[in-house]
Amino acid sequence: MARIGVFVCHCGENIGRTVDCHAVAEALGQVPGVAHAVDYKYMCSDPGQQLIKAAIAEKQLTGVVVAACSPHMHEKTFRRAASSAGLNPFTCEMANVREHCSWIHEDRASATAKAIDLSRMMVEKVKRNVPLSTIRIPVTRRALVIGGGIAGIQAALDIADGGAEVVLVEKAPSIGGHMSQLSETFPTLDCSQCILTPRMVEVYQHPRIRLMSWSEVESVEGYIGNFKVTIRKKARGVDEDKCNGCGACTRACPNKRIPSEFDCGLGKRPAIYVPFPQAVPNLPVVDRARCTLLIARSKGKKDACMKCVEACQRGAIDFEQKDRFVTEEVGAIVVATGYQLYEIGRDQGGRKDLHGYGEYGYGTIPDVIDGMQFERLASASGPTAGRILRPSDGREPRTIVFLQCVGSRDPAKGIEYCSKICCMYVAKHAMLYRHKENGGRAVVFYMDIRAAGKGYDEFTRRAIEEEGAEYVRGRVSRMYRDGDVIKVVGFDTLGGEPFGVDADMVVLATAMRPQPGIESLAQKLSVSYDRHGFINEAHPKLRPVETNTAGVFVAGACQAPRDIPDSVSMASATASKVLGLFSNEMLEREPTVARVDAAICAGCFHCERVCPYGAVTHMEVKDRQGNVLKVVADVNPGVCQGCGTCVATCPSKSVELQGFTDEQVWAQIQAFLG
Amino acid sequence: MKVAYFPGCSMHGTSREYGESLHAVAEPLGVELDEVRDWNCCGASSAHASSRMLAVALPARSLALAEAQGHEQLLAPCAACYNRLAGARHEIAEDAELAGHVKRILARPFENRVAVLNAVEVLRDLGETIKAKATSPLKGLKVACYYGCLLVRPAAVTRFDDPEDPSSMEAVVKACGAEPVAWRMRLECCGGGFSLSRKPSVVRLGRAILEDARKAGADAIAVACPMCHSNLDFRQKAMARDGEDKPPMPIVFITQVVGLALGIAPEKLGMQRHFVSTKRVTSRGNGEATAPAAEVG
Repeated sequence: MARIGVFVCHCGENIGRTVDCHAVAEALGQVPGVAHAVDYKYMCSDPGQQLIKAAIAEKQLTGVVVAACSPHMHEKTFRRAASSAGLNPFTCEMANVREHCSWIHEDRASATAKAIDLSRMMVEKVKRNVPLSTIRIPVTRRALVIGGGIAGIQAALDIADGGAEVVLVEKAPSIGGHMSQLSETFPTLDCSQCILTPRMVEVYQHPRIRLMSWSEVESVEGYIGNFKVTIRKKARGVDEDKCNGCGACTRACPNKRIPSEFDCGLGKRPAIYVPFPQAVPNLPVVDRARCTLLIARSKGKKDACMKCVEACQRGAIDFEQKDRFVTEEVGAIVVATGYQLYEIGRDQGGRKDLHGYGEYGYGTIPDVIDGMQFERLASASGPTAGRILRPSDGREPRTIVFLQCVGSRDPAKGIEYCSKICCMYVAKHAMLYRHKENGGRAVVFYMDIRAAGKGYDEFTRRAIEEEGAEYVRGRVSRMYRDGDVIKVVGFDTLGGEPFGVDADMVVLATAMRPQPGIESLAQKLSVSYDRHGFINEAHPKLRPVETNTAGVFVAGACQAPRDIPDSVSMASATASKVLGLFSNEMLEREPTVARVDAAICAGCFHCERVCPYGAVTHMEVKDRQGNVLKVVADVNPGVCQGCGTCVATCPSKSVELQGFTDEQVWAQIQAFLG
Repeated sequence: MKVAYFPGCSMHGTSREYGESLHAVAEPLGVELDEVRDWNCCGASSAHASSRMLAVALPARSLALAEAQGHEQLLAPCAACYNRLAGARHEIAEDAELAGHVKRILARPFENRVAVLNAVEVLRDLGETIKAKATSPLKGLKVACYYGCLLVRPAAVTRFDDPEDPSSMEAVVKACGAEPVAWRMRLECCGGGFSLSRKPSVVRLGRAILEDARKAGADAIAVACPMCHSNLDFRQKAMARDGEDKPPMPIVFITQVVGLALGIAPEKLGMQRHFVSTKRVTSRGNGEATAPAAEVG
């Protein structure tokens, strides 16, 4: 016979204001099977927990119902308390009379009646609870980091320094990401490459980091502690073991007129190239779409050019190379795929709701560039060796206009969020330009200045007050070329009048968007993403680097627009999460998973088709001689998330969710109706 | 396609040629225009300057009439009518309280079901048909497409094109075999309703538009708004600078451009009704010589 204890919490005034908690306890005391019912101001407090523990001992309770907040908040607290008093923790449950009742109702009488119903229903469920034990699963102490920008680099280094092995996958030929393209960094104006490249080298030399550049994640199977990841190593056209990075091939390549991705189209590169001098690994890659020889071969013609092959002393060039697939077993995954910039006035990669700013003439006026292009112009390693020159004629611009919020914060253009970094880097651009071009005019059009961060507001103030940047609050409606200048037509909203500038160059601070292909990667990892493609964190405040899939973590600008300090902090946070996970011998997880009754399962595998987590496998049922009698479904408890979709689908009712059996749910419904 | 047709005051008056050319091209393009019976003034300028309720209720009445005629789409060729009708439809859809008031005022069934179209939008969507039926493609004719302020704005109401960087008129001009020029005044204000009350402003604004179109090498400016047309056509002489001797710029309706490409006789398109001679344009159509004919009128 069940002996259930019911503990009604006032949660201070949170519940007590709308629900008569004492009346609830009294009513529950009358329910058959309830051996004890009390109310208390804060059940989660230490005295509150003592109340529960004492009652379990004194009244020999077989189950506990705590009518309080959401189980998301305190289920663990009360289960631990019950467990320490000798009960199986899974015989303790919560009735949510706060979020589901007191917070959403006003009338005290009906809220109290509802709280009684909710508690009664839970009592009926707990009467039918059976003791369950946590599931224990092994952990592979090896992490996969996807993305070799500053976030991925930091995460990989921190995890590897913590003693675990890391596989770092980067889709570009080199690690370094966008940070390697930047000139100086705000708010200290220290050289980006100077602070980044030591980290890149460290990654390369680290004994516990396996770097796979020019590679992409193909597929992901498994679950926390036990992922199996297939990685596509794209054909480089260069044998990684033979190449010593001497660069003879890149010098020999006659096709040197290809717009460089690293220089955002402002510089040129050959068809076999290393993206930038400090690239890690220092291995060239063949641009298969532009290599004269490969183009000729694809058309069935004879080999037109062998210059790189002839130049290579080590015979490392290998045009026959094919994409290879390698499988890695890891226990945790860090997603750090970073961002791309909004493409002004152009196709936004399948996003039909994103378009606009054709009126700014980007792509038709050569001296209208984006922020990253300005970084390359300002960078000492850039196409102009750090001189800010107009792409059209190589002249030094005397006036540069900077436009903030291009794409960002404009629902009419499809992006309502703030890209966060633009206010800062525009101030930096204005300063860098003013440092380099004596007497040059830097005009900044802004909506607001958002400079929250250590030393940030001081930095933008410095740009305005000390470095002579002219800030105009307002938007630009259009720009056009008039002879040698770009006419910028805008509005000064503080002055309340139209404001025009004749500019020699215009720099657009375009919005940050997640990398292309993020959706398909997120689907492979079963993590959710928002409508812009940013990966969703498990909780915006309390679980910022976890995702809703256990064992998958997120760092940097693939989660939201982030600057370097934010990305690095997040990366270190993921590393501490990963190392924390790896500190366990075995992982424990809740036993609320689906179980198949092999005796009645007919093997239709509807459950397999509907399972969103791929947790259903096939199991052979054999007789003693080892003959296969039938094949039935089996649920991998490591993968199952307990969603119950299979339970609802099973035509023979042979699959059940532990802790949420049909019998229990039915009893709840009956209690409510009865 | 069969649509309700809302001529507004201008199709019967100052912009007769817009209405004539629209009717002339509608038939070969397979558009049946069913005039809204007992339509009333859209209220442009005066109504929305004086009363919000009047500004919404006036167009709503015509929309209700179109609905009663069984239509789901209504074509308003005048940019101002289009703007008022589409604007009212939008406001009523967004504001339930306003919708209630309007229904009470109308005292007739009104579900706000009718979508409002303008001529540019309709022609753009018929681009392939135009291309297929263009017996006299306007090869070599350079056209500056002038949108003005109302056709694509506000974005939330009009929705058929990018409000800052539209392309549908250019698409229509291309379908006609002509060449749209790249110019920058295509969304600027022409002075609108100030033609009589503030003539100097209209002249100043219009001059900038004409000069830029000329600079871009345009043979003509195509419009889809009676007000833009009258300002640029009627005031063109005043817009010329003193002592300036440049050929006048024909201002044509987009429907006239399409009509010429379809081989329709210029008189049927009302080409003779303009103040500035359209000879430069008409000489391109109907298989005539491509060299510009001598300016007449």
